Amino acid sequence: MTATTKPPVATAAPRLIYERPELLAEESTHYCPGCGHGVVHRLVAEVLGELGLGPRTIAVVGVGCAVFAYDYLRVDFCEAPHGRAPAVATGIRRVRPDAFVLTYQGDGDMAAIGTAEIVHAAARGELITAVFVNNGVYGMTGGQMAPTTLLGQRTTSTPGGREAALHGCPLPITEMLALLPGVAYAARGSVVDPVAIGRTKAYLKKACEVQLAGAGFAIVEVISTCPVGWGMTPRESIDWLRDAVAEVYPPGVLVDRTKTVPVVPAPATPASEG
Amino acid sequence: MTRRVLMKGNEAIAEAAIAAGCDAYFGYPITPQAELLEWMARRMPELGRAFVQAESELGAINMALGAAATGARVLVSSSSPGISLMGEGMSYMAGSELPVVVVNVMRGGPGLGSIQPSQSDYFQATKGHGHGDYRVPVLAPSAIAEAIDLVPTAFEIAERYRTPVMILADGIMGQAMEPVEPRFRTLPPPAPDWALTGARGRPPRVVHSLHLQPEDLEAHNRDLQAKFRAIEAAETRWAEEGVADAEVAIVAYGTAARVARTAMARAREAGMKVGLFRPISLWPFPSAALRDLALRLRAILVVELSAGQMVEDVRLAVEGRAPVLFHGRTGGMVPTPDEVVAALRRGFVVTDPSFDAETDPLGLICAAGGRR
Amino acid sequence: MAIAVADKVASPAWSPLLIATDRCKGCELCIAACPPAVLALDTGVVNRLGYHPIRLLDAARCTSCARCARVCPDAVFTIFAAPRVATHREAGR
Repeated sequence: MTATTKPPVATAAPRLIYERPELLAEESTHYCPGCGHGVVHRLVAEVLGELGLGPRTIAVVGVGCAVFAYDYLRVDFCEAPHGRAPAVATGIRRVRPDAFVLTYQGDGDMAAIGTAEIVHAAARGELITAVFVNNGVYGMTGGQMAPTTLLGQRTTSTPGGREAALHGCPLPITEMLALLPGVAYAARGSVVDPVAIGRTKAYLKKACEVQLAGAGFAIVEVISTCPVGWGMTPRESIDWLRDAVAEVYPPGVLVDRTKTVPVVPAPATPASEG
Repeated sequence: MTRRVLMKGNEAIAEAAIAAGCDAYFGYPITPQAELLEWMARRMPELGRAFVQAESELGAINMALGAAATGARVLVSSSSPGISLMGEGMSYMAGSELPVVVVNVMRGGPGLGSIQPSQSDYFQATKGHGHGDYRVPVLAPSAIAEAIDLVPTAFEIAERYRTPVMILADGIMGQAMEPVEPRFRTLPPPAPDWALTGARGRPPRVVHSLHLQPEDLEAHNRDLQAKFRAIEAAETRWAEEGVADAEVAIVAYGTAARVARTAMARAREAGMKVGLFRPISLWPFPSAALRDLALRLRAILVVELSAGQMVEDVRLAVEGRAPVLFHGRTGGMVPTPDEVVAALRRGFVVTDPSFDAETDPLGLICAAGGRR
Repeated sequence: MAIAVADKVASPAWSPLLIATDRCKGCELCIAACPPAVLALDTGVVNRLGYHPIRLLDAARCTSCARCARVCPDAVFTIFAAPRVATHREAGR
């Protein structure tokens, strides 16, 4: 460059760093203040948008506070009976090889009433991406014990606190699923702080890429807050998430078999595709 | 001469579904319909179509729900205890208005029951399976050839009205082998405008049955009821044999109708004017036709492989115009034609002037509420 | 090489945060996440959801780090960074 060259003009306008993702609807959600579902919805919208999957996605939502996810995420949605989302997603997957299939379930949906469905979808290595929001309580029905409720945690059905002898111990469902060869990727994220949220987004993105690569079943659990169900303010619930929940459900990648996963047969192509 | 092949009922139903363009089959092994699943396990992958042996009937019906939501043509099959597990799914599919054909090859119940044939799921099929205000069309073949024809009909009804449809068979029909002409009807592929296919170039669609506002749910239920009235008007099916001069008619469906047909022949030989009224759609029940027939009859004998379930709908339809008798066997036992003839005789005793209550106490049942 | 940042105080026409106050539920998670602590509930306002929405107290001290946007369950934030001035290298010096 010579001294006579004019310097390049800088941007005159402020730079857009972040905005609401396009796949997230504008309407206000019914979730309580500080509810982690809002964060996970947003991350799913960001990831699907960045991967260009919006037009291909057929999502399946279970029953819980997030039953209205279809009002907030701008993709095709099928409502599943409580716990059955992995089976419903299997049906979709098997007849729509071109679709991107995502399930969104809470802890009761996946780890209580739906345990058989998630285990077998994972065992079959179904090419679906499962999003599992674990907030350790049944929010929608008034704060009862969930399979992932911590020992000692008070809920409306364990008013004296969860006891191992009476109620069993919290279920490490994602660790259990990670044992299965059909599970190509299993990770646990958290909404506890911006760094954790950033990592969670990366896990979600990887879980989607696993499906796109045809590598197998992928699940991302997100430990999340339920301020009202826990009887705390949103900020207190973040502290509980960090100090108590993360001890029992530590974030991180549980298994990543994408380099060594066995070949999974491609889903059957329907002969009479409409 | 048309070539005929020997086909097992379960397999014939499966092949009929395949010919009708079934895109996906989901099931779970249970006697007496395991052959249907096994036939599909071999044939569907051959054709590049979807087959899943699910972890349970609960899994199977929910896989069917998902596949149907994308516009695919779906078949599910099971037997009585497995159908109980599908009750939840049936309610959700009815509420979400999804077309799925479900085959129930009935076995003895309740509970684990037996693996022998029965018709003891009539209530379940026609009055419910699951919760909520809904009806499901139910078709009851009585021969394998008829089953082959009713399978594409079931898909047509399911897709025309966006509803689950049940085909009610029993263990005898599932297991028996009969010579059939392998003429399987084909259907054009489904092309629904409501299906979930990915929101490319259009607003997103949602398949759901939740309507939290009572006004919304009432409106939805009103629409569903209108649909059921339309189905009643257009999809009622039945067959009549020998009713023109009949004094007593047997009302029976499925395998019971075949026994009844033999009994009718033997009764005719013995001089009794007996006819057969055979419902083919159990819902909608052919009430109007049966009510009209009852005007000309001295008695009706209902024969079922159960403790008496369809007989209640017969009594409702007949509205007291003729006495309604019942003969049934439960637990997997099948009535014999001779048993049915004996029951017919009791029907005739109603107007027999030589009727003697001492020697034929069962005739008292007929005498009460009898006409003429 | 240094990147000169435009003086926010001298250019009041833009704000680092655009807040959809009608969607805010006053959960305060952004307050907890904000390093320069420039966010607070606007207790003088009640939005249509019935909450005190969030308010940016001091635009000059906001660094556009977007932590608030990351933790917000209701996606109320749109984040802007300052207009970019050319570096010394780009200016050819």
